[in-house]
Amino acid sequence: MAEFTLPKNSKVGTGKKHPAPAGAKNVKTFRVYRWSPDDDKNPAIDTFEIDMDDCGPMVLDALIKIKNEVDSTVTFRRSCREGICGSCAMNIDGTNTLACLKPIEDVKGDVKVYPLPHMPVIKDLVPDVSQIYAQLASIEPWLKTVTPPPPDGERLQSPDERAKLDGLWECILCFCCSTSCPSYWWNGDRYLGPAILLQAYRWLADSRDEAKGERLDALEDPFRLYRCHTIMNCTKTCPKGLNPAKAIAEVKKMMVERQG
Amino acid sequence: MSMTNPLARVRGLGSAKEGTHHWIVQRMTAVALVPLTLWFVVSLISLIGADLAAIKSWLSSPFNAVMMILTLIAGFHHAQLGLQVVIEDYIHGHGMKLATLWIMKGAAFFFGAASVFSVIKLSFGG
Repeated sequence: MAEFTLPKNSKVGTGKKHPAPAGAKNVKTFRVYRWSPDDDKNPAIDTFEIDMDDCGPMVLDALIKIKNEVDSTVTFRRSCREGICGSCAMNIDGTNTLACLKPIEDVKGDVKVYPLPHMPVIKDLVPDVSQIYAQLASIEPWLKTVTPPPPDGERLQSPDERAKLDGLWECILCFCCSTSCPSYWWNGDRYLGPAILLQAYRWLADSRDEAKGERLDALEDPFRLYRCHTIMNCTKTCPKGLNPAKAIAEVKKMMVERQG
Repeated sequence: MSMTNPLARVRGLGSAKEGTHHWIVQRMTAVALVPLTLWFVVSLISLIGADLAAIKSWLSSPFNAVMMILTLIAGFHHAQLGLQVVIEDYIHGHGMKLATLWIMKGAAFFFGAASVFSVIKLSFGG
């Protein structure tokens, strides 16, 4: 059965508290999920009080400040700090988003920071993404053709054909959407989830691709595609403003179209 | 603990090459049930307080009997398609899932057949 409660060793306790430096006037409290594979302890929420007069505007700025100045063991992924690498995807204030794009002032009250939901945790805010990367590889996200390329240039696309890829190519694979999807939580081992299905549609929508039939064959499955129940969490949470639910609907329309 | 690599696990037993038919029929029955349910509710209201004889005479009209049977078939078919999705969502053991699906589908067939037979019996005055 699907599990609706956390297993015993995942119950979240209360962790350490790090008070704000003396004299801080503009204090914001961050509650950060902590878990380490190196001891046998349950996960815990550490509390960090941060002086906002001495901190950048985004949640990622606060996390970096915490790691630099308060507790260097706080572990998270980050790279570009401008919403293009997708590394710092996490659950902030109850919503999956990118820490680098989430203004601290948008959060009312304490800032709760958790890893992406329902993924195995490697440490603290770092989820294990090896399965979802394998799912990406399984849809073969590259151009597949039989026709050899023109000898003197690229494979051409009209502006209209190129426009069909808008809203798809911008995906940075942060997996905020897939990890917000209850259907992916319950059946992530077989359901591909919104991020991967949007990638699948990105190649189905590409006028240069010559393997649409094979691609649709591989997706036509009660679990891989049809676990999508149009819950729409994916579209709601996408930090890039994309619409994975619409991409999935387009794949379903193609499935119906080829039936006759 | 499994040593199977992630891609092997994700590719699994491959695609079932199935699911579109289920999806289409679920939507077809849903669309059919819009007018059928409206008709059914209006009919129920018009039959408030009717005795068995009145029901029998109402069902003896071929139109009413056919509409009633269509409502039942579409309703039971739609219900079992929807329940199948719920079971596949939440029951993960393969054996348990299969058993639940068969029992649920068997029950839908049984109650569907029983209710269609009841309509026919009443329609012919039984």
